[in-house]
Amino acid sequence: MDNSRQLIQYVLSGLSNGAIYALIGFGFAIIYNATGIINFAQGEFVMLGGMLTLFFLVFLNFPLVPSIVLAILISTAVGIAFERLAIRPLKNANPLSLVIITIGASILIRGIAMLVWGKDTHALPAFSGNEPLHIAGATIMPQHLWIFSITVLIIAANKLFFNYSIIGKAMRACAYNSQAASLVGINVKTMVLLSFVISSAIGSMAGIIIAPLTMTSYDVGIMLGLKGFCAVIIGGMSSGLGTVMGGLLLGLLESLGAGYISASYKDAIAFIILLLILFIRPEGLFAKKETERV
Amino acid sequence: MLKIKNINTYYGQVHALKNVSLHLLEGEIVTLIGANGAGKTTLLNSLSGIVPSKSGEIIFAGVPISSLAPSRIVKLGISQVPEGRQVFKPLSVEDNLELGAYLHYRTAAGRAEVKKTGDMVYALFPILWERRKQLAGTLSGGEQQMLSIGRALMAKPKLLLLDEPSMGLAPMITQEIFKVIESLSQEKKTTVLLVEQNARAALKMANRGYVLETGKMILEGAAAELLENNDVQRAYLGKDKKEIWER
Ligand SMILES: Nc1ncnc2c1ncn2[C@@H]1O[C@H](COP(=O)(O)OP(=O)(O)OP(=O)(O)O)[C@@H](O)[C@H]1O
Ligand SMILES: [Mg+2]
Repeated sequence: MDNSRQLIQYVLSGLSNGAIYALIGFGFAIIYNATGIINFAQGEFVMLGGMLTLFFLVFLNFPLVPSIVLAILISTAVGIAFERLAIRPLKNANPLSLVIITIGASILIRGIAMLVWGKDTHALPAFSGNEPLHIAGATIMPQHLWIFSITVLIIAANKLFFNYSIIGKAMRACAYNSQAASLVGINVKTMVLLSFVISSAIGSMAGIIIAPLTMTSYDVGIMLGLKGFCAVIIGGMSSGLGTVMGGLLLGLLESLGAGYISASYKDAIAFIILLLILFIRPEGLFAKKETERV
Repeated sequence: MLKIKNINTYYGQVHALKNVSLHLLEGEIVTLIGANGAGKTTLLNSLSGIVPSKSGEIIFAGVPISSLAPSRIVKLGISQVPEGRQVFKPLSVEDNLELGAYLHYRTAAGRAEVKKTGDMVYALFPILWERRKQLAGTLSGGEQQMLSIGRALMAKPKLLLLDEPSMGLAPMITQEIFKVIESLSQEKKTTVLLVEQNARAALKMANRGYVLETGKMILEGAAAELLENNDVQRAYLGKDKKEIWER
């Protein structure tokens, strides 16, 4: 393979991983904006998406689409149960204890997954085969196309929801000032629950579309969660373009670093970026300046 | 239409409202005055369900509301314009108003009405129409206050609670906002409970007034009487001081 073709391969796989990191980052941002909590169980929804799809598709021989739908529904139900059982009863606790609770929940979910599905690593079959497509000299796996198109769809749906629907606007209002939001009749608790619904649904979707490329097991949530967290930190905790850029940047650096330096640095790159950002620009690289007066 | 009977409200150990009673008749403008920290905001927040009272009764249009969630209270027809405006700064003016009508989006009939209510608000505050696409955070203080009032009106309240709408505003703007409040009361028959530091202007417009001091209601009466009352003059009207815009 000549150099430029190799570069294109790295870029492609970097971008597709990056898209996933961005989606996972969205999950962090949506819950953070609604509650002020950094939900370290976010990665577990990603794991659940992949593992549940595998479970229905491979172990129970369900067709692909119902498997995916069921996986998203169940992951979302776990998200709802998590909010109901662990977050809502402690609404007046300080954010630090809530963050610790999310870490506890993530360990619990991971443990249950290990008991149910074991420690093995599995490959989820690609949605439409492994026959590479040749487009303008580059080779691209059909799964990459799935990842890009589903990511674009989710980002667009997210944007439409938060900017044009009354519920989405109510969630933003609530994130900005929950007391003023309740004064116009918005039920703050419902909005918090909704943020968990959306985050777990997006997270599991991310886990489903990446699983055919990266394999899946009970513990993939740790790494994927941390990388999503890195993406959203670069993006300044927004569920917008900043986090998309953050995810893509991380994915690219990772893939180029692994390709040209050494594959063993792949995961280290995310942590180096995370630390650099937190030290140098904790408000994020792409954070928008809040337009404010008075 | 509203009857508050002996309510007590606490912030942890702080006893912020002590056996406070107050009533409002339909169509009245009633003003609540008191020094900083007297508990005026707390009273409005107890009414809105944000800081529920621990004991006592609040009856609105025959319904006991003291233990209802804020959204239920808005639905029954009580809207608050909170202290310090509290508009949703990252959202546009239009979206702020739309959210004011949040509960009306639940029903088809409600949704159909929203545009009409919006037109009414824009007619009251034409500047908001010019600024409708702008983010609320970019508005001036006076414009934000208008937006905050407009947002509350979008819920089509029967009772409007206003918490220091003149705070930090130039006399001209204050006058304009007071005019709107007066016209709401006269034309829309909205009942108004107005919390004000600007006691003279508030009492001039109001039918009746209450004076709250360190959590206790110490005085109530017709607005004209309170204006003449020696204690009120000394404590809240600054005897010889006139409001700048009245000179
Ligand atoms: N969130 C809170 N926690 C604890 N105490 C509070 C809280 N909010 C208000 N208080 C206390 O309750 C009392 C009444 O406060 P409140 O804000 O109702 O006064 P106010 O009359 O609205 O004053 P201002 O004119 O300054 O707005 C004050 O002593 C205040 O310190
Ligand atoms: Mg106050």
